[in-house]
Amino acid sequence: MIRAIALVVGTLAAMATQSTAGELRLAVTTSFYNSGLSEILLPAIQRDIGLEVQLLVVGTGQALRLGEAGDVDAVLVHSRAAEEAFVAAGYGTHRREIMYNDFVLVGPASDPADVSAADTATKAFQRIAEAEIPFVSRGDDSGTHKKELALWSAAGLETQAFGRWYRAVGAGMGATLNTASAMNAYVMTDRASWLNFGNKGDLALLFSGDPALFNQYAYLPVNPARHGHVEHEQALALERWLTGPRARDLINGYKINGEALFVFNATDN
Amino acid sequence: MNDILEGLKAAFFMLVSLDPDLVEITLRSLQVTLSALVISSAIALPFGSWLAIRRFRHRRATIAVLNALMGLPPVVVGLTVYILFSRAGPFGVFGLLFTPTAMIIAQVIIITPLIASIAHQSIRELWAEYHDLLISLNTSSRQRIAALLWDGRRALLTASLAGFGRAIGEVGAIMIVGGNIDHATRVLTTAIALETGKGDFALALGLGFVLITLAIAVNLLIHGLTRTESGSRW
Amino acid sequence: MVTSILPLTFRDATVKRRGKTLVGPIDLALAPSGLTIVLGPNGSGKTTLLRLMHGLERLSKGTAEWQISDVEVRRRQAYVFQTPIMMRRSVRDNLAYPLIVHGTPKAAARAQAWNWAERINLADAFERQAPLLSGGEKQKLALARALIRKPEVLFLDEPCANLDGRATREIEEILQEAHASGTRIVMSTHDIGQARRLASDVLFMLKGRLHEHGPAQAFFASPETPEAAAFLNGDIVE
Repeated sequence: MIRAIALVVGTLAAMATQSTAGELRLAVTTSFYNSGLSEILLPAIQRDIGLEVQLLVVGTGQALRLGEAGDVDAVLVHSRAAEEAFVAAGYGTHRREIMYNDFVLVGPASDPADVSAADTATKAFQRIAEAEIPFVSRGDDSGTHKKELALWSAAGLETQAFGRWYRAVGAGMGATLNTASAMNAYVMTDRASWLNFGNKGDLALLFSGDPALFNQYAYLPVNPARHGHVEHEQALALERWLTGPRARDLINGYKINGEALFVFNATDN
Repeated sequence: MNDILEGLKAAFFMLVSLDPDLVEITLRSLQVTLSALVISSAIALPFGSWLAIRRFRHRRATIAVLNALMGLPPVVVGLTVYILFSRAGPFGVFGLLFTPTAMIIAQVIIITPLIASIAHQSIRELWAEYHDLLISLNTSSRQRIAALLWDGRRALLTASLAGFGRAIGEVGAIMIVGGNIDHATRVLTTAIALETGKGDFALALGLGFVLITLAIAVNLLIHGLTRTESGSRW
Repeated sequence: MVTSILPLTFRDATVKRRGKTLVGPIDLALAPSGLTIVLGPNGSGKTTLLRLMHGLERLSKGTAEWQISDVEVRRRQAYVFQTPIMMRRSVRDNLAYPLIVHGTPKAAARAQAWNWAERINLADAFERQAPLLSGGEKQKLALARALIRKPEVLFLDEPCANLDGRATREIEEILQEAHASGTRIVMSTHDIGQARRLASDVLFMLKGRLHEHGPAQAFFASPETPEAAAFLNGDIVE
């Protein structure tokens, strides 16, 4: 009987596969994944160019680290400064913009800081800080987090000086939203994650539309000169697809509850 | 409370309809954990038994370290394995990161001390019982270990099942080294983490109930196959 | 004709533990034949002496020599403990184990096990788990297990200490049979009646020393020392 178990287990263990031709490892951010867009794109990619994309869903910081280490073949993130540093240091070959969505401010439906009446994102943030209403931050060095910090900065505020109403959780978008929902706090999230989020509780979308909340996604192939094993040809094939007409139609056409989430803005190389 | 009921419903429907995604991640959970279990047991059971009967200089220290290793935080193990097997790391050339193999390696590291420790404790007690008899019968060292392992097999099985329990519910390490890639390294626990992160608590709980059912089923199966609780057997 | 492992000669043999002398110094030659009873009050060192003879205790001082060298020696001995040590297996497997461990094929070992099981009236319990037997049954099993390999020397440490009359009688019968067929027996007891029934010679222990020893008849009829006389009389001797 022991032999039978060993045989079964041995067979199962031998089925462990590694990345082979026709496969690409892509690190993407939790914000991108939580939007649900990948469920639409991945099958289309498989059909159109025969490429199986294996998604690793991590924070922007970790995604870029994976790219630096050569553990993935390409990266799709939304943090321009970090991306440019990545390319400048030689980890990525180049940066290609694909699409953008926007960030929104979500909070308790009763809106105690009255952000819905603010006319800019900066003012909205100031109101929250003045009223000291609980605010949950990603706190994980992700693209979303960096954007949030930039906005506090623009409002002339230092997050280090904030009191206990400012809660940095150090987690992905979904986990952060869960926490905000449980605490009935304000949180900045990308629109796609919000629309796709299943545990809204008493939270509601309170502020959006300011161009300062613009969120650009870019695609960066990992540099084969640094890591010879990466699937560079496949990465370039994926880039061609992501900037092509098919992707444009799928991305622009992706809606949740009738609302479009992303705007395709790739240009010719 | 509503979420829990929704979770039970979700679990029921998934099981009854044999949802293909569910089947896939369940089989992968079993693949990873059972592989880790077999490998770990093959290392831990003999080692724990050997430790129980051999006297050597640093024995006490070894036992203390072994017991302490039971408390290794899985997420730290995961991070360490990740660093070792990353392309930038010493074993990167094997390309094992983000595969079920890496997950098996991480789980082996986590559960081997646990199984060895429990095995050691029970074999030690049995050895205390058999000591004079086995010496009197002039048995060789190998014969002694064989007798202890065989007569102590129920306790060793318990040790292994403890390892199984620890591994099947583990999520921190395999999330880091496996990457939770859909159709590649996603298992029940990482799927639960994912659905929780999406706020879909009902589905997450449903998967959780499936996981519990799976763990109980495996335990019952093993006890049944080895007829542990039947009659007046030892 | 295989050389006997006896006599066993002790010279100045002492066993000390944690600074305390348990047994010794002892000078003794265990003769090649007979049924020796080790007699004495509790705490006199009987168990330690037996364990020392069998090699379960180490000498702190002095020497212990069998007729031939160590490797063969323990194979030709067997030991029955005061509290029987049962392996967590069936009666059959307990009996067969000593044979299998020394190279007898399983089928043959089990056949011999069956013969012995019948001889000690445990045939009905052949497949039963040994730890579940009664005290008397366990001790009979332990004795059969010890004799199954036809040892040259059999040591027993107060085997009937916890048994009732019927079990004691059964054990003594088996011992008489074994002695009659040539097994050298060394057995400790604090039951004077049992000593009288079985002994061919007596080792009387007191405070870890060999206080008196000699042929049984002479010892019981007229002991040399006052302590032995007092012990035989049923007095408490320290």
